[in-house]
Amino acid sequence: MTMKAVVHVMLKPGVLDPQGEAVRHALGALGFDGVNGVRQGKVIELDLAGTDAAAAEAEVRRMCEKLLANTVIESYRIEIA
Amino acid sequence: MRGAVIVFPGSNCDRDLAVAFRAAGIDPVMVWHKDTSLPAGVDVVGLPGGFSYGDYLRCGAIAARSPICVAVADHARRGGAVIGICNGFQVLVEAGLLPGALMRNAGLKFICKPAPMTVATADSPFTSGYTVGQAVTFPIAHHDGNYTADADTLARLDGEDRVAFRYMDNPNGSAGDIAGILSENRRVLGLMPHPERAIDPAQGGTDGAVLFAALAGALADA
Repeated sequence: MTMKAVVHVMLKPGVLDPQGEAVRHALGALGFDGVNGVRQGKVIELDLAGTDAAAAEAEVRRMCEKLLANTVIESYRIEIA
Repeated sequence: MRGAVIVFPGSNCDRDLAVAFRAAGIDPVMVWHKDTSLPAGVDVVGLPGGFSYGDYLRCGAIAARSPICVAVADHARRGGAVIGICNGFQVLVEAGLLPGALMRNAGLKFICKPAPMTVATADSPFTSGYTVGQAVTFPIAHHDGNYTADADTLARLDGEDRVAFRYMDNPNGSAGDIAGILSENRRVLGLMPHPERAIDPAQGGTDGAVLFAALAGALADA
């Protein structure tokens, strides 16, 4: 049995996202008028050995704190499936 | 006097930094990122510019977790001098040796041009050859040099006189026009502009040579 973890990494609220802003401008140029804001992030999928979801989540949390997210500017959310 | 230049896969300013060290009288030794210790007798560690690990995940993130960076952090904790330039600055913030983060340039473009700056403090082994307020120009060449930190950190950097250089004409959106900062003990400098590309008249300027000469002088006195 294996599990999959999906980590969503986003810039924290209040941190300016120049790439998201550029995407918002491009959408406006394409005629999509109703877009008030765009935030761009990352999705990281991990294939994990083991079956203990709680232990896996704790381990992935350590991975996020040590490498996957830069917690100075980014927040993260973990899904175990 | 010895200076270790750390070489990561994707470093491309390592040899320029070695030339700058040598020109100032600091004997350079190249150190591969998989090494676990610095050579004996190293006085200063240089983290060079480039695109370590292809900038995968975040600029400098993977390099900051490479085996040699444990030794570099130990060297810094012992009060050793460290200079991180461009990608090297990104590695230093990712390693937690300097505060804040370097984000994508506000204008989203890779910028490669001379960057006029003012010297914000002369109180460090790197900047003691300048006077506060002096105008210097080093080239910049980066895509992710937009210095960001929370308000408390920015206030602390100001209050502790730890901003080394500020841009005159902010090219990348950096908070407080910050181009380079010092650690709490003032022995670790991270900066986006490239002083090692301004050490010879043939490069268009020699403002950077003053930094390496001051560093060599400070290391010789230590």
